[in-house]
Amino acid sequence: MALTKSELSVGQTHSAVVVDNLSRTQIVQYAGASGDYNPVHTDEVFATKVAGYPTVFAHGMLTMGLTGTMLTNFVGDGRLLDYGVRFTSQVWPGDTLTATATVVAVEEGDGEQEEGPVVILALSTTNQEGREVLSGEARARVDA
Amino acid sequence: MAEARFSVEASHIMMFARAVGDANPIYCDEAHARETEPGGIIAPPTFVQASAQFQPDYRLRPKIGEPWFGSGATPSGTLMPPGDAPDDTDAKQEKKSGAAAGGLHAEQHFHYHRSVRPGDVLTMTTRPGKTWEKQGKRAGKLVFSETITEYRDSTGELVVTARGVGVRTERVIEQEG
Repeated sequence: MALTKSELSVGQTHSAVVVDNLSRTQIVQYAGASGDYNPVHTDEVFATKVAGYPTVFAHGMLTMGLTGTMLTNFVGDGRLLDYGVRFTSQVWPGDTLTATATVVAVEEGDGEQEEGPVVILALSTTNQEGREVLSGEARARVDA
Repeated sequence: MAEARFSVEASHIMMFARAVGDANPIYCDEAHARETEPGGIIAPPTFVQASAQFQPDYRLRPKIGEPWFGSGATPSGTLMPPGDAPDDTDAKQEKKSGAAAGGLHAEQHFHYHRSVRPGDVLTMTTRPGKTWEKQGKRAGKLVFSETITEYRDSTGELVVTARGVGVRTERVIEQEG
């Protein structure tokens, strides 16, 4: 399940389709689970007539959560040390997102919480048009 | 500085994992989770964001007995509909503020000290971080502000440190975060 240092090489990538044809219902499901009921995400009437958007759009944190699925499936359960992202474009209903992690480096950990090696990953999530919706980085413990 | 308490429950972890499309059984199946390296159910990496559920004054949750700014009989429950208001000021003001409620989320960073598990009672301490401005091409002036939240367990040990960056824009933007 976990990654091993010797299996990793700089430039290696791992990709996954993390949502196919995002539904408004999944956005509402995320609102309910996270507690963020901002009507720009959940209320078509408000989003279009009051806020001036073409339709509702996904919470940035839903995109980060979807991308996190690719990330934890790649590095293994409970292995993440850091996960950070920038939201670079909005995600709309109907979008299909592909999340990719690229190995930037494999380093020794700090010797305390980070016993053993650590992989540093660059993250990018793109929509069906190839537009990047999220970029970020992560660090995770790997086996020696 | 604000403080709130977040009781982590297995059913909430299961619902959160479903919402982010994560089928990993470590988030819902105790028997499976026991056989994994963490040795039990853990929460997905962005789960602490659901601490919003436990913040008493969180403004993006409808509250019992209070008007809600989403649509009901009119497009907004707390604003006059655009065009109907005498001078339309509130509606214009709201349109200009980006996401109309607290601006847009620009960045989010988590540092994990350990995995979050059912049974954890996390105390959240939130403090403001840096603030800065940028001139956007389509959105006008962008004002960024950082919030740092520490999640500690009942023994006072850090579990997750979160740093969020929000942005307010002068104009509604469709493609720029």
